[in-house]
Formats: sequence, C-alpha cells, structure tokens
Amino acid sequence: MTLSGLAFAYARRRPLATLLVVVLAALGVAIAVLTLILSNELESRMRRDAEGIDLVVGAKGSPLQLVLAGVYHADIPPGNIPYPALERLRANPRVGAAIPLALGDSVAGFRIVGTEATLAAHYGAALTAGAMFGRPMQAVIGSDVAKATGLGVGATFAGTHGLATGGAEHDDDRYTVVGILAPTGLIVDRLVLTPVESVWDVHESHQGAIAAVDREVTMILVRFATPLAAATLAREINAQSALVAASPALETARLFTVFGVGLDVVRAFAGVLVGASVLLLFVALAQALEERRYDLAILRALGARRRDLVFVLMAESVALALAGAALGVAIGHLAAASIGRWLPAAAPLAGAAWRFGGYEGLVVVLAIVGGILAACWPAWRASRLDVAATLSDS
Amino acid sequence: MFALTAIEKRHGDAIAVAVASWRAQSGEAWLLGGPSGSGKSTLLHLIAGLTAPTSGSIVVANQDLSALAPAERDRWRGRTVGLVPQRLHLIGAVSVIDNLRLAQRLAGVDRDDARIVGLLEAVQVADLAHRLPGELSQGQAQRVAIARAVVNRPAVLLADEPTAALDDEHAARALELLRAQALEAGATLVVATHDARVKPLLPHAFVLPPHAPKT
Repeated sequence: MTLSGLAFAYARRRPLATLLVVVLAALGVAIAVLTLILSNELESRMRRDAEGIDLVVGAKGSPLQLVLAGVYHADIPPGNIPYPALERLRANPRVGAAIPLALGDSVAGFRIVGTEATLAAHYGAALTAGAMFGRPMQAVIGSDVAKATGLGVGATFAGTHGLATGGAEHDDDRYTVVGILAPTGLIVDRLVLTPVESVWDVHESHQGAIAAVDREVTMILVRFATPLAAATLAREINAQSALVAASPALETARLFTVFGVGLDVVRAFAGVLVGASVLLLFVALAQALEERRYDLAILRALGARRRDLVFVLMAESVALALAGAALGVAIGHLAAASIGRWLPAAAPLAGAAWRFGGYEGLVVVLAIVGGILAACWPAWRASRLDVAATLSDS
Repeated sequence: MFALTAIEKRHGDAIAVAVASWRAQSGEAWLLGGPSGSGKSTLLHLIAGLTAPTSGSIVVANQDLSALAPAERDRWRGRTVGLVPQRLHLIGAVSVIDNLRLAQRLAGVDRDDARIVGLLEAVQVADLAHRLPGELSQGQAQRVAIARAVVNRPAVLLADEPTAALDDEHAARALELLRAQALEAGATLVVATHDARVKPLLPHAFVLPPHAPKT
C-alpha cells in the first residue's frame, strides 16, 4: 500500500464528490480545447487561403466584403469592375500577377468562378483527372465539388443564377467538366473554375451581346512584384473613384479582432468552469479533511511524517484535476471531430481534431497547478494537526 | 523497555500529567491506572512521542526522544511503538490487509505479507483480510487494530482503554490477545484503563493520582 494508493482509495470512497470535480473540470477544459481547435483551424485555413494574395481589387464597397467574396468565397461581391482594369494592373511594373475572377453563378451551392488557369496554379492544385480548361464552357472542378456532386470528366451541368442554391438555371448554356483537381485543403477544393469568357457567354445569351470594351470581371487577385507596391499600390487604386483595393491580411486581422471577442467570451466561460472545479476540489478536500482528522492522526501515530500527509492530499487533488483535464482534452477533440463529421461546412475540423497542439501540455501543467492550489490549505491544515489532541478527542 | 524521569506535561498553567519516575522492562505487562482526566492518554502519547513533555526525560528502547528531530521521531515511532487507540480507528478507505501494509509502509519497513497474513491468522481475522473496516464488527475491528499495532514488532505496545466497550468475556479475550502479541513481539505492554476488570489480568501497575496537581 503506497501513499498514492491511499490517495486513490480516498478518492474512490467519495464517488459523488470525485465525479463532480472531474466532470466540471472536464467540461471547462473541453470547451477551452474546442475553441482552441476551432480558432486555430479557422485562422490557419484563412491564412492559407489568402497566402500569395496581396490585394483584392473590386468595385466600391466594403473592403472586408471584397476579401470575403474574392478570397474566401463566403460573401456576395459588391459589384463588377471594367475588364480593362485588369489590363492596366498587368501593365503596372509593381504587380507580379493579377488573376481575374468573374462570379455570379453556382452549381449545387458551389461557386462557378470565371478565371484563368493560373488560379489553379496559384493554389498549387494539380489535376487528378482530365485536363485544364482550354475554351469557354469547359470547367475544372475542385475535389469537394466532385465528391459532393458526383460530376466526372465528360459530365455536363448547368449553372444556377446567383451564388446560392435555388436560383434560375441557365439550361441553354451547359458546362462540360474537363478536369478534376486534387484535394488541397484550400478554398479551391470548393470551386468550379472556368474561363472568364464562359461567364460572359452565359450572361450575354440572356442580356444580349456586350461590346468587348464594356465587358467586366468581378474582382482581381493581385500579387505584388516588389515590396514597394505594398506601400503605394493600394493607395493609388483607392484614389480612383471606381475601384477598391483591399488587403486580405489587414481585413482578416480585423475580422479576427471581432471573432476574437466572441472566442474570448467562450474561453472566459471555460475558465469560469475550470475555476469552479478548482473551488469545488478545494471544498471537497476541506470537507474531507474534517472527516479524516482521526484518520490523519492515526497515520501520524503509525509513523507518517507531516510531509506524507501533505503528499496524500496533494496526490488526491492533482490526480482528480489531471483526470478532469485528460477527460476534457479527449472530449474537446472528440467534439471537434464530431462537428467536422456531421457538419459539411466544418468538414476540415474532422482532420484538425486529431492534430495535437502544444496546448494539451499546457492544460496538463495548469491542471497540476490547479490541483496543488486546491490542496494547499487543506494540506497545510493536515500538516499542523495536533495528533495527541485528536486521538484523545473520543 | 522505557524510562520516564521527572516528566511533566503542561497545557498552559495546568499540569496534564506529572510522573517522577517509571521504568518498565521488555516483556513486562503494565496497567496504567487512574480515573478519567488523570492524564493516562497523555502519558501514552508522551511515551509514543506524539507529544513532547514540558520537562523531564523519556527514553524508549534506548532512544532519548528529545534527541530526535520531528521527522525522525515519526519514523522511529512507526518502527518502535505500537498503539491501539481508544476508538480502534482503522483507515476506512482501504481493506484490512492494506491497513497493515500501510503501517509497514509508513514506518519505512519492507513489505512483509507473510508476517501480515500470519498476524491476521493469529488474531482470527484472516478471512476478513480484503474486507473494508466498515464491514467489521467491533470485536473484529479490535483484533485488526491489535494486529496493526504489532505488525512492525514494536518495542512498546500501548493500548488506550481497550476494554471500555466490551463485556467481560470479550474484555478478557482482548487482554489475552494483547498480552500474547506483546509477548510474541518481545514488547513492553502498557494498557491504560480505569476498568477494574483488567487489574487482576496484568502483573504490574502504575496508577496516576485522581487529578493532576495545579501549579
């Protein structure tokens, strides 16, 4: 019988208090872990999706809306811009690359993006089947689109007007799938890529022919050629009355400031739960100390040193805190995996759920600290116990 | 064996117990008598090193207790002194056999299950080894408490009112068991009691006065 064994035996003999402490600590830790996984994954995905895009140039409107629509394909674009703007940007020596995006239609909820083959290359997306589009009304689809729609090379589909499901179908203008992209874990997995001319053709067949000079794109993704461009290009573009240049890094940081408040509130709630569990642990140990006064006196009579009693109480407290933390970490990861599995929009979470970050180690360290803190006062009281007086108190 | 010389234990101004001299040899069995409040329990705690005298000298098994640091005294007590407390308290969270293993562990003695099983057989509770103390009768708990007190072969075995709640037959059995175990361990036995039934069963007696004198 070791002192640790005795500590576990004491914990087993108070199943309700033990369970309450462990469950409360586990809930707090689970919420904290889940928010960490969510925010880390969201941040990482948003960073990766925006990698290599220094500016998004589009119609006048909210810069954040422009970035959400052009980089993350999560918002409606503010409008269109003249096609010649693309040519002017390409002629600018401070611009390394400019990729047009023409939005407006979708298929099964996935956006059809009129663009150039360089967009797939920008995301590093290789073809797993077929070839890159070469002429209008050919489409290359992302891996998630292929999986969700079942479309294969050679299949045809009609786009739906608008960026959400339920719009009118352009039945007369069918796209042919000519290629399927390999999964990248990036936004391109959820896009249907087609030449810009496809989008023009589809809309011209409804609205009548548009003169070449009047053709438009929705926005342009820009990569700088020189660091100097970062300081000047956006300002220059924004000085023009028809265009807005938005920096994804800046807008994403702003977005996270807003998200951050929400995440901080959830984390604070998790902190309150963990704090309550430490308090409950303290109360349980303080109560147990009163119940065990005679036990502790007998242990001293049997040869236990003061530090042995301190160890027994500390071991019990730290063991419960660690059990709560371990259970919480497991529940947090399991919850993330379940959310990723059952919510298609959060599918990347399923993979991220089982990647362990450094914070699990921090949770373990905090659990040990919490356990020690909760046991400090009861352990001090136990070490100061008047053994003779307690044994005489019959 | 032990020797108490000119010891006095005070709580503030009040003298809890005072003994001019008391020497006991190995293998002897003593009754420590006196009415309630005379300081019997305090004297047992002084011999066990659970509390220190205000003045005087206590030597137990050739060890002057005042020469031991607190942590050393705890280990020494575990190895040298066996105590059967008044409430027969066993550690309720662990089994009978683990109560005895704990006594070995806390005294820093190597685990010796053969010794423990032999003792439990000797006090006739071997079949209850894996029960929790809460499942034992008063008599069974007392036998386990005696086994636990002698598991480390103490030089001194101290029992505080061991017959207080027992009828004549069980009181005689408890005394017989204490004497047998003390004899087997070669220990000096001291039974603190005001139970008149015990007096004829123990050959030596040390009786404290009715009330410790006040200064």
